[in-house]
Amino acid sequence: MNFLRKYIDKIKPNFQEGGKLKMFHSTFDAFETFLFVPNDVTKKGSHIRDSIDLKRTMIFVVIALVPALLFGIYNVGYQHFLSHGESVGFWQMFFYGFMKVLPIIVVSYVVSLTIEFAAAQIKGHPLNEGVLVTGILIPMIMPPDIPLWMVAVATAFSIIFAKEVFGGTGMNFLNPALVARAFIFFAYPSAISGDKVWIAEKADAFSGATSLAQASAHEFDKIASVQDLMIGFVPGSIGETSKIAILIGAVFLVFVGVGSLRIILSSIVGLLSTALLFNVIGLNPYMDMPFYYHLLFGGFLFGAVFMATDPVSASQTAKGKIIYGFLIGVITVLIRVVNPAYPEGTMLAILLMNVFAPLIDYYVVDANVKRRLKRVKVSNN
Amino acid sequence: MSKGNSLFSPANKKLLFGPINMNNPITVQVLGICSALAVTAQLKPAFVMGISVTVVTAFSNLIISLLRNTIPPRIRIIVQLVVIAFLVIIVDQFLKAYVYDVSKQLSVFVGLIITNCIVMGRLEAFAMSSKPWPSFLDGIGNGLGYSLILIIVGFFRELLGSGSIWGYKVVPQAFYDFGYQDNGFMILPPMALILVGVIIWVQRSYSKELIEEE
Repeated sequence: MNFLRKYIDKIKPNFQEGGKLKMFHSTFDAFETFLFVPNDVTKKGSHIRDSIDLKRTMIFVVIALVPALLFGIYNVGYQHFLSHGESVGFWQMFFYGFMKVLPIIVVSYVVSLTIEFAAAQIKGHPLNEGVLVTGILIPMIMPPDIPLWMVAVATAFSIIFAKEVFGGTGMNFLNPALVARAFIFFAYPSAISGDKVWIAEKADAFSGATSLAQASAHEFDKIASVQDLMIGFVPGSIGETSKIAILIGAVFLVFVGVGSLRIILSSIVGLLSTALLFNVIGLNPYMDMPFYYHLLFGGFLFGAVFMATDPVSASQTAKGKIIYGFLIGVITVLIRVVNPAYPEGTMLAILLMNVFAPLIDYYVVDANVKRRLKRVKVSNN
Repeated sequence: MSKGNSLFSPANKKLLFGPINMNNPITVQVLGICSALAVTAQLKPAFVMGISVTVVTAFSNLIISLLRNTIPPRIRIIVQLVVIAFLVIIVDQFLKAYVYDVSKQLSVFVGLIITNCIVMGRLEAFAMSSKPWPSFLDGIGNGLGYSLILIIVGFFRELLGSGSIWGYKVVPQAFYDFGYQDNGFMILPPMALILVGVIIWVQRSYSKELIEEE
C-alpha cells in the first residue's frame, strides 16, 4: 500500500487550492479517503476523540449486510432449481444466484455512484460512503428477475429526488433505498408484486407466491414451515428471506453501536402486539393467523434492522426512537392485514414513519422542555 | 391616447408576458397547484383546463375591473364569486356542448375553477385597483402562465405514463416488445407534484433572481 500512498501524495497538490485540477477536488478527496484514513483532526474546541466517522459507520452497515446477501444469492439459485424440479449442487445454485444478483448490484452502484460523483462535483461537496450502503440495499430489496433498466431508473430517481435535492448525505428525510423500491412499486407494479417475480426464471407450473401473498389469500396450509421461514428457503426479495442471516447482521450492527437496538426492538414489539390484538379481534382467518408469523414473513425484519435504523431518516431522540419503531410495527401489520391490495406493508410503514420522525422528535423535545420548566417553577416556590 | 398608455405599451406587455415566466402563477406564486395535479395525467384535458382558466381569469378580471368603483368593499368577495361562478358555468356548458369527452374527464375540476386561487388572487391583487384593459391582459397572462405549466406537466405525464401524446400512441410497439413499460407512477398525482418541482428547479437555475434569500 505504500506506493499507493506515495503516488497519492505526489498527485495531491494538483487538486488543492491553486492546482491545475482543482475542480476535481471532491472526486480526488473521495478516492483518497476511501483508500486511507484521513489525517484531518478537529482543531478547535473540545470533542470526543474517537476514530469512528461516517465512512466507518457506513462500511459497518455494508459488512452487516453480507450474511443476508450471501444467503440471498444462494436462495435465488435454490428457488430457481427447486421450481424446475432439478437437484444440483450447492455451488451451482450459488453460481446461478450470483449471476442473477451481480448485474443488479453493478447497475445500482454504477448509477448511484455516477450521480453522487456528479452532484459532489457540482456542489463542491465531499463525497462519502453513504451511497455504498444505498447501492447494496437497493439490490437486496428487489425481486431477482427485476429488469435492470428499472433498477437504473429507480436508483436515479431515489438518489436525485430523495437525497440530492435535499442536500445529499445526511439530509435525506426518506430512506433512499426504500424510495427506489417504492418508485418501482408504484411505477411498474407488475415487476415487483404478484406471484411471478419472486423466483428467478420460474417454471410456469410452480407457484411462486410469497408467504405474505398466501396469507393474504387465506391459503394457510401452503405456507412454508417455521424452520424454512427462519433459514430463508422461501421466495422473496433477494436479501429479505433469511431471518437468521439478518439477525446475525443485526447483532453485529448493535454490537458496533451503529444500529439502534431501541428501534429494532420497539418495531418488533409494535408488530407482535398489533398481531396479537388482531388475534383477539379475529374477524377473518388472516387475523387469526399465529402472531409470530408476521415477524417471519416478508421483509419486516430486514426493514426493521437495516432501514428503520437509518440514522438520518429515523427519529433522533431516545423516546422518539421507541415511538417511531413501535409505529412502524403497528402500521406494517395494519397494511398487511387490513389492506387486501398490498400484501406487504413494511416499505410503506417505514417511509411513512420517516416522514413523521421529525414531528415525533419535536414533541419529545417539547415535552422534555415543558417537564423541566415545571420543575424550575416548583423549586422557585 | 398618450404615449405609454397605448394598447400594447411596455407596461401592458409586461402584464401579459410577466406571468408566463418570471411571475408564473404556479411556479413562482405557487397558486392553483391542486388542479395542476388533478387534470394533468393527459395532455388534452390539461390543455382544455388551461384554456378554460384563461378565459375565466381574463373575463372575471375585466368585469370586476369595470365594476370596481361600484362594489362595496365589505361584500366584494361575494360579488367576485358571483362573477366567477357565472363565467365558470358558461365555460362548463360550453365544454359539455363541444368537447363532451374532455368535460367528462375533467369532471368536478371545471366547477372547481371557482375556487382556483389564481382567479380570486388576480381579482383581489389586480383587478380591484386597475383599469379594465390592463386587468384583462393580466388575466390572460396569468391564465397562459398557468396553461403553460399544465401543458408541460401534461405532456411529460402522458408521454411517460401512457406512452402517448394527445391520445395518440407515440412510443413504438418495438419498445414494449423489448421490455419497456409505461411508468404507472406518472399517472398518479404525486408525480405531477414532483414534475412541478422539477420545473421550478429548472426555472430557478436559469433565473437566479427568483431564488429566495434565506
